[in-house]
Amino acid sequence: MSRTNTLPDFKNTPVIDQVGVEERVARFTTRSIKKSSKGQALKMILNMIDLTTLEGKDTEGKVKQMCYKAVHLHDVIPNLPTVAAVCVYPSMVKIAKDALKGSSVKVASVATAFPSGQSTHDVKIADTKFAVDNGADEIDMVISRGEFLSGNYNFVFDEIASIKEACGTARLKVIFETGELSTLDNVRRASEIAMAAGADFIKTSTGKISPAATMPVTLVMLEAIRDYYYKTGRMVGMKPAGGISTSKAAIHYLVMVRETLGGAWLSNEWFRFGASSLANDVLMQIAKEASGVYQSIDYFSKD
Amino acid sequence: MSRIEIQKTYKLFIGGQFPRTESGRYYPLKNKKGELIANICLSSRKDFRNAVVAARSAFASWSTRAAFNRSQILYRIAEMMEGRKQQFIDELMLQGASSKAATTELETAIDTMVYYAGWCDKYQQLFSAVNPVASSHFNFSVPEPTGVVAILAPENNSLLGLVTSIAPAIAGGNTCVVLASELMPLCAITFAEVLNTSDLPAGVVNLLTGSSQELHAHFSTHMDVNAVVTYQNKPDEIKTIQQNASLNVKRVFVHTAVTNPNPYLIFDLQEIKTTWHPIENIGSAKAGY
Repeated sequence: MSRTNTLPDFKNTPVIDQVGVEERVARFTTRSIKKSSKGQALKMILNMIDLTTLEGKDTEGKVKQMCYKAVHLHDVIPNLPTVAAVCVYPSMVKIAKDALKGSSVKVASVATAFPSGQSTHDVKIADTKFAVDNGADEIDMVISRGEFLSGNYNFVFDEIASIKEACGTARLKVIFETGELSTLDNVRRASEIAMAAGADFIKTSTGKISPAATMPVTLVMLEAIRDYYYKTGRMVGMKPAGGISTSKAAIHYLVMVRETLGGAWLSNEWFRFGASSLANDVLMQIAKEASGVYQSIDYFSKD
Repeated sequence: MSRIEIQKTYKLFIGGQFPRTESGRYYPLKNKKGELIANICLSSRKDFRNAVVAARSAFASWSTRAAFNRSQILYRIAEMMEGRKQQFIDELMLQGASSKAATTELETAIDTMVYYAGWCDKYQQLFSAVNPVASSHFNFSVPEPTGVVAILAPENNSLLGLVTSIAPAIAGGNTCVVLASELMPLCAITFAEVLNTSDLPAGVVNLLTGSSQELHAHFSTHMDVNAVVTYQNKPDEIKTIQQNASLNVKRVFVHTAVTNPNPYLIFDLQEIKTTWHPIENIGSAKAGY
C-alpha cells in the first residue's frame, strides 16, 4: 500500500464542470429500481445508516433509546438488519458503548470541537483521545474551514494527520461541511487533502448547516475517491450526511455509488448515510412492500 | 379570422399545486350528445399517496389554528365562489344541468359554505361538556379533529356534493383527500382554484379525479388515513371500505345522499377527549395530590 504523506499536487487536480456534474447526477435519479431489487436496496440502506443524535439536549436516556432502536429497528418485521453505527457526542460514547454491548453496531463519535471546529489543536486532540478511550470505533472530525478557505492547506493537512494519529485503531471520518466550502472545486481539493492525510472516510456535512449533503457534492467526492484509488490502490469510504430523509433519495445515492465506484463500495464498511429520520422512512417502505398497504409514521418508534 | 379557443386543462390539486396525474392516464369526459368536453386525469394510487402526505403535513398547523381564523377562511372560500359564479354555472350546464338547476345548485353550495364558516367556532360549545365527578376535579370533554379524512364525493352531484362533503371536515380542523365525481368532475378543479386563492393553507384540501372503483380500496387501506367518508351509493365498494377500515380502525361514514347542512356532520369527524384537572380548596375539600 503506497501512501503519499504530503500535500497533493493540485496541478493535477481536474477542474470541476458544475453543469456537467448536475446533468450526470440527474441521470442517477432515472433508474428504475422496483420490487425485489428495491427490497434489497432498502435493506442495504438500513444497514448503512449511522443513526445520529447530535443535539445540545441529548441525555443519557435519549442515547440509550436510540441504541435500542439501532439494534431493534422494527421487530414486527423479521430478519431486518441493524444499522451500521450510532453517532453521538464524545460525552455519550461510554453510554452508547455499554448500551450496544453484544451487538455488531459500532459507536461513532464526533470530535475536534464539532460542529465548528473552532478550537485549539490541543483541545481537538484531547477531544479525540477522550472519545477513543471511551470506546469509540469511529471518529467523525471536522476540518478547519476558515483555514481551508484562507488557503492554509498545509494546516488542514497536518491537522487531519495528527487527529488520525490520535485515533489509533479507530477509523477516521473527515467532515468538510461542504455547505461552507462554496464551490465544487473546493470540495474536490478538500477531498484530496483529507485522503492524502489518511482519512478512512470522507463525509459531506455536520448536518448543522444547510445545504447539507447534495448529490452533486457527493458525486465530486466519489470521483475524488475513485481517482485516489486508481493512484494509490487504497479504498476510502464515503458518508453523505444530513438532508437525506426519504428512501427514494437514498436509493439514488446507492445508484450513484454503484455507477461511480462499483459494487465493492456497496457495504457499510465503505459507504454510510448520516441520518436520523431516514431509517423510519425506509422501514415504512419495507412494511409497505410486505403488506401492500401504505404506512403511517404513527406505527413506528420515533427514536 | 376566427380565434382559436383556449381549452382549459383539468388537472389535480395536491399540496397547493396543480400537477397532472403521476400515471399519465386520462379519461375523456363527454356531454349528452357524446361530444368531448375535456380530458380528465385518471388518478392512480400514487397520486393518492402523495395527497395523503400533503394532507398529513398540513394537519398540524390547520388543526391548531384559531377556530375564528378557520371561520374567516371558509367564509373567504364562499366569497371567491361568488366571484366565479358564471364559470361554475357554465360547467354545471356543460355536464347536463338546466340553467335554473345550475343556478340553484351553485347558490345552495355557496350558502352551505357560509353555513359551515359560521359553525367553525361554535360546534365546540355544542359538543363539549363539563362532567359531574365526585372528587375535587374539574372534568371536561372537548372535541378534537380526527385527522386526515379520505372523502369519496357524491357521484350525481358535482359542486354541491363537494362542498357538502368537504366543508364539515375542514371546519372541524381536519385535512382531507377528496375523490371528485367521476362523471361530473369539471367543477372540482375550478373549486380547487377557488380554494387556492382563499388563504386555505396548501394540503388542507387535496382533490383527485378518477375512478372510485380503482381507488376506494386504497382510500380505505392507507394506514395514515383516520376516517373515510363516502357519498357513493355502491354497495360492494362500501363493504370493502368497511372491511379495510378495520386495519387501523378508521372511522367510516356512509351517506347515501347529500343531506341538508347540519353540525352533526362536523361532529362525525371529531374525537371527544376528556381531561381531569385538579382543583384546590373547593369548599372544605383539599386537593388530593
